[in-house]
Amino acid sequence: MKVRVTVNGRERVDDVEPRLLLVHYLRELCGLRAANVGCDTTSCGACTVHVDGEAVKSCTILAVQADGSSVETVESLAGADGALHPVQRAFHEHHALQCGFCTPGMVMAAVDLLRENPRPSEAEVRTGIVGNICRCTGYHNIVAAILAAARGGERALPVQSADEGRPA
Amino acid sequence: MIPAAFDYRRAETVEEALAALSEHGDEAKLVAGGHSLLPMMKLRLAFPSVLVDVGRLSALSYQRVEGDEVAIGALSRHSDLVSSTVLAREVPLLPHVAAHIGDRQIRHRGTIGGSLAHADPAADLPVAVRALGGTVVVQGPAGERRLDVADFFVDYFETALAPDEMVVEVRVPRCGGDGWGYQRFSRRAHDWAIVAVATVGGRVALANMGRVPVRAGATERALAAGATVGEAAALADRDTEPTADGHAEPDYRRHLARLLTRRALESAHGRVPGAAR
Amino acid sequence: MASILGTRVRRVEDGAFLTRGALYTEDVRDGRLAGALHLTLVRSPHAHARIVSIDTSPARESSRVLAVFTAGDLDDVPPQPPSLPMFPPSMAQPLLATGVVRYVGEPVAAVLTADPYLGEDAAELVSVDYDPLPVLTDPVAAAADEILLFPEAGTNTAFDLAVMAAAAAEAAGVELPSAPPDPFGGCEVVVRHVLRNQRIAPAPLEGRAAAAVWEGGRLLLWCSNQGAQAVRQTVSAMIGVPPEDIRMITPDVGGAFGGKFFAEPEHVVCAWAARRVGRPVRWTETRSENLLSMHGRGQVQTITIGGRSDGTLEAYHLDVVQDAGAYPRIGSMLPALTAMMASGVYAIPTVLTTARSVVTNTGPMGAFRGAGRPEATAAIERAVDLFAAAIAMDPAEVRRVNLLPAFDAPVTVPTGTVYDTGDYPKALEAVLTAADYPGLRAEQARRRARGDVRQLGIGLSCYVEITGAGMEAGVFRENSTVEVHGDGSVTVLTGTSPHGQGHATSFAMIVSDRMGIPVDKITLRWGDTDLVPEGAGTGGSRSLQQGGAAVQKTTDELVELARERAARLLEVDVADVEVDLEAAGLRVKGVPGAGVTFAQLAAREELKVRSEFSAPGPTFPFGAHLAVVEVDTESGGAEVVRLVAVDDAGTVLNPLILEGQIHGGLAAGIAQALYEEIRFDTEGNPLTATFADYAIVAATEVPAFELVTMQTPTPYNPLGAKGVGEAGTTGATPAVQNAVVDAVAHLGVRHIDLPTTSQRVWRAIREAAEPSDAAAGGSARP
Repeated sequence: MKVRVTVNGRERVDDVEPRLLLVHYLRELCGLRAANVGCDTTSCGACTVHVDGEAVKSCTILAVQADGSSVETVESLAGADGALHPVQRAFHEHHALQCGFCTPGMVMAAVDLLRENPRPSEAEVRTGIVGNICRCTGYHNIVAAILAAARGGERALPVQSADEGRPA
Repeated sequence: MIPAAFDYRRAETVEEALAALSEHGDEAKLVAGGHSLLPMMKLRLAFPSVLVDVGRLSALSYQRVEGDEVAIGALSRHSDLVSSTVLAREVPLLPHVAAHIGDRQIRHRGTIGGSLAHADPAADLPVAVRALGGTVVVQGPAGERRLDVADFFVDYFETALAPDEMVVEVRVPRCGGDGWGYQRFSRRAHDWAIVAVATVGGRVALANMGRVPVRAGATERALAAGATVGEAAALADRDTEPTADGHAEPDYRRHLARLLTRRALESAHGRVPGAAR
Repeated sequence: MASILGTRVRRVEDGAFLTRGALYTEDVRDGRLAGALHLTLVRSPHAHARIVSIDTSPARESSRVLAVFTAGDLDDVPPQPPSLPMFPPSMAQPLLATGVVRYVGEPVAAVLTADPYLGEDAAELVSVDYDPLPVLTDPVAAAADEILLFPEAGTNTAFDLAVMAAAAAEAAGVELPSAPPDPFGGCEVVVRHVLRNQRIAPAPLEGRAAAAVWEGGRLLLWCSNQGAQAVRQTVSAMIGVPPEDIRMITPDVGGAFGGKFFAEPEHVVCAWAARRVGRPVRWTETRSENLLSMHGRGQVQTITIGGRSDGTLEAYHLDVVQDAGAYPRIGSMLPALTAMMASGVYAIPTVLTTARSVVTNTGPMGAFRGAGRPEATAAIERAVDLFAAAIAMDPAEVRRVNLLPAFDAPVTVPTGTVYDTGDYPKALEAVLTAADYPGLRAEQARRRARGDVRQLGIGLSCYVEITGAGMEAGVFRENSTVEVHGDGSVTVLTGTSPHGQGHATSFAMIVSDRMGIPVDKITLRWGDTDLVPEGAGTGGSRSLQQGGAAVQKTTDELVELARERAARLLEVDVADVEVDLEAAGLRVKGVPGAGVTFAQLAAREELKVRSEFSAPGPTFPFGAHLAVVEVDTESGGAEVVRLVAVDDAGTVLNPLILEGQIHGGLAAGIAQALYEEIRFDTEGNPLTATFADYAIVAATEVPAFELVTMQTPTPYNPLGAKGVGEAGTTGATPAVQNAVVDAVAHLGVRHIDLPTTSQRVWRAIREAAEPSDAAAGGSARP
């Protein structure tokens, strides 16, 4: 079947089988491999992209359902000059990624959250990213990064990292 | 992880959707947001040969007052229910419940029509609608049917819909002035409820205490007869059939049903008709 | 120039990860893999059954199936070796099931398709006829050997600590001390309890994946793994090809947590299939497959602890029955580490550990973050709390009374393990102070007096754990190569295998510290056995203390070599040449303008050194964790509201990365305490094979963490560093479990098994109120 999708601002027409998942359409046909598949039950969010301006799990959308829609992936966030989006910059500053597998989906979920709620509380951030699983970071720095991106850089999570003393 | 192969048709109107269902019968399934059906297809627990996509029927996405009811288009997404000012004013239980469904991404896709048609007795919207006492409006080749919510849910994942029918609307009473409450208990915040209780205007419905969402009849009668919240809630699990699943055994479920009913009634905003203080 | 070491350098890896995404095994688009076929496994739906017949003809006849294989086709591979030499050879897992299947999910047949989407379709065309056999899911029951999973082995016990200890003693020519006849006889107070340390899924977000192609008789294998060199050795033994004919390449890895140490049957089937059909073959498992196959923990622990009513501990016995799963893997050996760490931070005069690993019809047991040490800590910390309750003493006080005193040189503890350095009393005081322990107890008392529904629980854990233990390769060493290029950039080769731990940044910092070359001009490479033929990978929290130390040693040797060359070039004495960090080069002391950069030296002649660092032994990070939980006493629901963690992993190289490792560990610790468990029914059917059923934690299940860093250096490497990756997991689980029990202790509850689900808490409260005949041995119910 023919599908016409605008991906990261560029329209494309492809011939796909109905059961092709949007995540595989993006990874295999569009060559955009940042979004990952991490589960079978729409649980982990590693595949999160934006469809028509809203965060969705692309593993649970058929490419044919996206016909006529516009899709944005993390590959479109940074500026043409390579300048990082504020959320990407905050993730880097706050060490909000380790192995990186959940990161593209987490970033897109965060961008979507902040669009709808520009000044979330810590609890709202945690609930806001409940659809994105991370196994590495314990979420602490992810939450700190999102709060920082929301408040334009200032660190809002009350992290204590007291040093008991340097070695002699 | 990958569904079995199927043919795909996109319906531009309700009539087209119904025609496709008539043509293919049991072999066809409707997909709206797809977040109930596609997960099952990916695990190959469901394998329709034809998928009829009604996701673009934007004419079915609305929430509006009609007399003393609120009409909600079947294609209203959970995120639409959360942000609807009409619902916030007229049926505040619904936006509150919808906000608990899954996660943000799922709420951007899942629809109320899809959720009701999926008929998972643990799901949030079916129990809320059961408590509201609404009507499910269904379209088929023979025209429109209106089913009382009580008659709509028939069994686990089974409704009174014929294979050639689709849900087009849900109608619920306006109850902006009634006390309402919702208590759900789950293991993780975003899990399906082990037990959930919705109450509005003296009606109490339970999720995951049987094969369909059920009304806590004994509790409601007790309240109407002037019992205290505590006395009435203690009857919440009467005539229910909770099963054991991986997460909870029947006796714990019964306990949760009674506990959550008491808490839902206590938290009901405004006055619950009939309850002694 | 202030040293870069100890500063919060942001990661050099991040740019690619945040913009185009890292390149995991499934993302690799090497030209040699063009036209690759896709491998899908047909897996057993039965936990224990005889394979009567396999009908592959519908699959063979399908035009969409390019090949289908069963065990009989694999006639050119050697008999499979046991995954570790200590296990009975008859318990080795075949590449594809041979005659019998022993766990749900065991690979039975393999299909190749042109397209991954056709793979599941193809797998459905293979039909297998099974004759079910009796199923064993409980390792304690299996130890009775009434039903044998491997008749040829004559037992279900794959590993016995006593047998291993006797063999080791004999090999070393020493006598094993005999166990004291009645260790608890003189104790005023003795507490005995059965604890369950439940089976967990490491569940890295990227599952297992491989891609294989043969070129001129040589295997090129991409694989998501924790140590290419070890995987190459295992693949070599399993496929029967010499290691030099195998090149392992490690792409970016999306987490591992102990589940990707060695080659597994599926990796080798992928490689074998590529050889058999003469085309590249790729394999990526689904999450369901991963949750059937990758497990850790799984111990039934009987603790006996005895002492005096003044709080002094005198004797401790830990008996472990380790669930080996269907085929013994590294998980079956981990009780040896549990035994080494059994007494933890305490000076208990008599400590005994007995342990055996027993096969069952469940997923083969591997390692999960901590690998045997969280199990030890969970047992002793629960035992100490049970003892404290028995003598009605504050659990902090009981700990204080029994902690080993601070030491800055190696000490031998009652288990025979030699700890390097430690200050356990300081860690305990630090966590109690940081958490305001008296304030918490006061708040708890207020809530108890009021009879609040939501009660407060305060749980402690003092832990020490063993890192760099060399279990991965049996050695405490690592190699490194550092090369400076003419453009001033540096390439570092390491035998470690990072998968999120940030070695590219940390190791660059080490080089930069010595040479002044900026971190972003230093590139780390690893995981390609043609480039780095030797190495022990990343696991057991070894990488900085051994791999980083190797990088520093190599850099120092390179700087020495550069000094000699500079001296000759500048015609001065070597003693007069010193490092000029700002210039990233060398200068002549006291002669401004006389110098040469490392880049200039490299442009003249290759400037490259390889070296190895050997540690005298493993190191022992330690700490104290305090968890504050709120328990809804009506529903049983528990929530961690605070987690205060004091962790000491020696000298901190990069605090940002260290904190990240601790955070991840703490979350995993909370997950084991409250939520996660891999479960089977009595027929061995998995009940938790998706992320919907397996309660992997999201951001709502953990709080923000409060970290306090202590730094007690180790003398075992010049960095002063111990391992930290597994510390969080080790300390947090018992702290949270103890907190949940503490929250309802005033209602008479003494113990709740892991995970302390709401249903378990609710039952415990009811049991304490109305005791029945239920045994005080913990519960296997959810």
